[in-house]
Amino acid sequence: MPQGDRRVAIVAGCRTPFARSGTVFRDVLAVDLARHAGRELLERTNLDPHEVDEVIFGQVVASPLVPNIAREVSLLPQLPKEIPAYTVNRACASSGQAVTNAADQIMRGHADVILAGGVESLTDVPILHTHRMALILTELSKAKSLGARLATLAKIRPRDLVPVSPAIAEPSTGETMGQSAEKMAKENGITREAQDQWALRSHRLSAAGTADGRLTAEIVPWLPADGGTPITSDNGIRTDTSLEQMAKLKPVFDRRYGSVTAANSSPLTDGASAVLLMSEDAAEALGYKPLAFLKSYAVAAVDPGWQLLQGPLWAVPKALERAGIPWSSLGLLEVHEAFAAQVLSNFKGWGEKGWDVNPDIINVMGGSIAIGHPFGATGGRVITTLANEMNRRDVQFGLVSICAQGGMAFACVLERV
Amino acid sequence: MAGPALTWEIADGIAIVTFDTPGSSVNVISASVKEEVIRAFDTLKADERVKAVAFFSGKRDNFIAGADIEEFVKLQSASEAEQMSADGQAMLGKVADFPKPVVVGIHGACVGGGLEFSLCCAYRIATDHPKTSIGLPEIKLGILPGAGGCQRLPRLIGVRAALDIILAGKTVPARKALQVGIIDEMVPPSILRRQTLEIAKQLAGGWRPSRKRPGGFVGFLLDGNPLGRALVFNLARKGVEKETHGNYPAPLAALDAVEFGLKHGMTAGLAHEARGFGQLAVTDVSRKLVQIFFADSALKKDMGIDNPPPPAAVHRLGVVGSGFMGSGIAGTAVTQAGVDVRLKDADLTHVSKGVAAAKGVIEERYRRRRITKFDRTRLLALVSGDAAFTGFARAELVIEAVFEDLKVKQHVLKEVEAAIPPSAVFATNTSTIPISDIATASSRPGQVIGMHFFSPVPRMPLLEIIPSKDTAPGTVSTAVAFGRRMGKTPIVVKDSPGFWVNRILAPYMCEAAYVLLGGTAIDEIDRALVQFGFPVGPVTLLDEVGLDVAVHASEVLFKAFGERMKPVPILESFIKDQRLGRKANKGFYKYEKGKKRGVDETVYALAGVHPNGGPRAAEIVQRLTLAMVNEAARALAERVVRSPRDGDIAAIYGFGFPPFRGGPLRYADDLGAARVVEDLERLTERLGMRFTPCDALKDMARSGGKFYS
Repeated sequence: MPQGDRRVAIVAGCRTPFARSGTVFRDVLAVDLARHAGRELLERTNLDPHEVDEVIFGQVVASPLVPNIAREVSLLPQLPKEIPAYTVNRACASSGQAVTNAADQIMRGHADVILAGGVESLTDVPILHTHRMALILTELSKAKSLGARLATLAKIRPRDLVPVSPAIAEPSTGETMGQSAEKMAKENGITREAQDQWALRSHRLSAAGTADGRLTAEIVPWLPADGGTPITSDNGIRTDTSLEQMAKLKPVFDRRYGSVTAANSSPLTDGASAVLLMSEDAAEALGYKPLAFLKSYAVAAVDPGWQLLQGPLWAVPKALERAGIPWSSLGLLEVHEAFAAQVLSNFKGWGEKGWDVNPDIINVMGGSIAIGHPFGATGGRVITTLANEMNRRDVQFGLVSICAQGGMAFACVLERV
Repeated sequence: MAGPALTWEIADGIAIVTFDTPGSSVNVISASVKEEVIRAFDTLKADERVKAVAFFSGKRDNFIAGADIEEFVKLQSASEAEQMSADGQAMLGKVADFPKPVVVGIHGACVGGGLEFSLCCAYRIATDHPKTSIGLPEIKLGILPGAGGCQRLPRLIGVRAALDIILAGKTVPARKALQVGIIDEMVPPSILRRQTLEIAKQLAGGWRPSRKRPGGFVGFLLDGNPLGRALVFNLARKGVEKETHGNYPAPLAALDAVEFGLKHGMTAGLAHEARGFGQLAVTDVSRKLVQIFFADSALKKDMGIDNPPPPAAVHRLGVVGSGFMGSGIAGTAVTQAGVDVRLKDADLTHVSKGVAAAKGVIEERYRRRRITKFDRTRLLALVSGDAAFTGFARAELVIEAVFEDLKVKQHVLKEVEAAIPPSAVFATNTSTIPISDIATASSRPGQVIGMHFFSPVPRMPLLEIIPSKDTAPGTVSTAVAFGRRMGKTPIVVKDSPGFWVNRILAPYMCEAAYVLLGGTAIDEIDRALVQFGFPVGPVTLLDEVGLDVAVHASEVLFKAFGERMKPVPILESFIKDQRLGRKANKGFYKYEKGKKRGVDETVYALAGVHPNGGPRAAEIVQRLTLAMVNEAARALAERVVRSPRDGDIAAIYGFGFPPFRGGPLRYADDLGAARVVEDLERLTERLGMRFTPCDALKDMARSGGKFYS
């Protein structure tokens, strides 16, 4: 990738605890989660808010009441009101995209300091009316007389009152994520046992990362509005599970021949993440020691009707090529875990390229299956986790790989100097 | 006075009159303004080009602040004051009887005479700006609205709504004024002028507003007929008597003026109103309340030190300790000063409770409709917290409100100093620990200061600012200025045990315990002091403060001042019994669901006394108040406060010393030093050395001097 003179530093990152949807954040709006992550990152870094040039956040399912959630973050009372902001949607890679959009702006010299991040609340999603009902309501608002209003209202049938909630299905194929994972497991020969093993590993490593404080170091606690017990860690990580217990679960998407279960998939999750990016010069001038530099990134897409989550087979080599480094020089990887079947399918495809896929340096503190996957927030989480762990392990090159809805994928390479 | 206050231009048949007192930031109605108004309206009446009048203020955020209080204080007699009121009425009569319609465009405070003027106009438009407030605050100065307010307001909005404003001396925002019908329209400031002129044109064209009878059917039942009104007046009178204990004559006189006017008509009503005004204006109560008003205004400009340097700008406040005090400070700072507040406590569980409590202060204001939904969202986002000092590196001021213990406070000071910028100020909220002791732990004692808040912080108006001997003047300025932004009245006091408020309060509270030992019933003690004018009696106050807190403070004062501050040893058994006052739901009184429910009779046995007589009201009041006066005189002589004014205001705002008595030092002046000393000597003989009059009082008794000369 043409890397301008300006290198982009990842200065710090944080996230809220990730919580299974409908649990501890059931009364919290997505905008409040996003503002909390953004604001606490400022607190932790003691950054003068006047230094921030732009705010970019990712979100997949936006509330129609807060269509540009990034702007609400940039309108935090701690920040000057004159910071422009926009929201991006690259499905599950949205906050990864927010980070690289920020990097582009910094590289071009359009900005020095950008607050990026992402958020998702599947508790705070729009519930829609049917198209027919929407038409009736629009007509009603235009009706002039009482008679016209009543006539319009009389068109409503009971079936029109059934609400429509957004499904996690591909608009182009109608296939749900789970069905896609199921298909990938079958086509790539990923066994149920291998999937359960990977899921168990995810939980064990996440539990270890939580216990030793490496994971919780990235978490900014959430203080409930009623003054109740503070929420300091993710609530999807299981310390008590076993292969035997996982084996008992029935496959969800293909009850007869299937292997994808609730235990080896990532759960629906609420949470937010934030990442602070600066130009190398700005970081130095403001007195920050970068965690890592963003070396390169790439996105790719495949036909959603094929193997929906195999996009990383194209995104990762592109990112490596742009970074100008071989796979073998990677010391640490964060691979997004939508499904264990997808992770292992990605590994298989990479292996077929002749790459040595070494699990010991992949997702060393677990992944989305255990920690959870708030679509818009995961990118920020894995970039932060990777940058921090690269420092702990003194690794020079690290890679993030995220598969995304629509057959897309996102990858980026971080470098420490 | 240079130049006229009233100017006008005529355009399209509308006279656009602008009221702009030269050389003043606000408009007040003085004798010369009255004359100008009369002349102006005479001229406009004769001018045939003028079909209607639109009236505005030329001040930025003020419409009319009322009558000229400087003229008011010069009044010598009731008849003189009555004449002043009658003059005002005559001037406004010109406006009310003006043959062409007058419209007022109100932006900023429109109070007292300002509102009375507006009531004479045909149409009132006000801006929805927060600076716009409308009301009749005269009662707060011990007088009544004497320029027709007692007549025209009830006729416009009904008796009940009018009494609600007049008797409490209320000012209300435009939204509320529109709701009750004081104003006809509310507009954004940007179109005030345009809309006012538009209405003036319509009125000139013969259009008249139609106003509904206020209050609907219930309004008719209660306000619209003599029978209903009699009921309303009866109830209101009872309410006033219950609130004032007969100590404040103004509300009853105002009630009279309203009632008389509705019974006997406008002209008789105005005369009655002027007479009432005249009598009230020269009462001692009014004089005292006006003195307090002046003292309060002077204090708003007084930084508490000579040649004060400019204060540091505070954008971010750190608060350490998220208990009742800390969260109260945080919540008040956000709602009043709009600063960004970071709360820190030892663990997140406490932080969570504290942040929620601080947000509770904002929610309370939202519930009371003082702020909008969007203000609420903004303010809530200004409160946050952590178990670490994150965010403190950008704080300009940190207030510590941790446990009252020197070691703990010094430890916190060191931790905070390591986290904040070198220029930041560290303030400690203590009631008993010398600031200089805490500051010994500091690497920059010039930036350490005491800020003693009173509980509950959102409601208590006083703030004691305590510089140590090493505190830099700039630090004092910063603390005073920030206290003021928090809506408090800061008083700078000397770093000596108990500072001012607790020191003069201690002998008073202590004496209440002696009276209790003498066999007086608890509620009888409280009743005596409430009758004297305190908002609550000393025993209730003890329950509110917390018995453990009071005992701790009295021990400190005993250690510092010896025998005369010796605590009465009845509270120890209470504390052993966990009987700590309201916060423990048991004290001298019983508490159910946070409500006080009468004396807990079991405490007499606990205190080892029988309520079988004991000293009576007059003696109780004398013993308690003189104990306080004596200590106040002594502390003033030691320069604990800088002036009698500071001391009196602190006593009024700190624990509710009866405002109409002007404060303990003013009260001593009224009694006369000679009599105070005489009474104290008699009490010394009868009850003990603790009443020994201090040297300062004895000197004054000899010389015939006063605290206020």
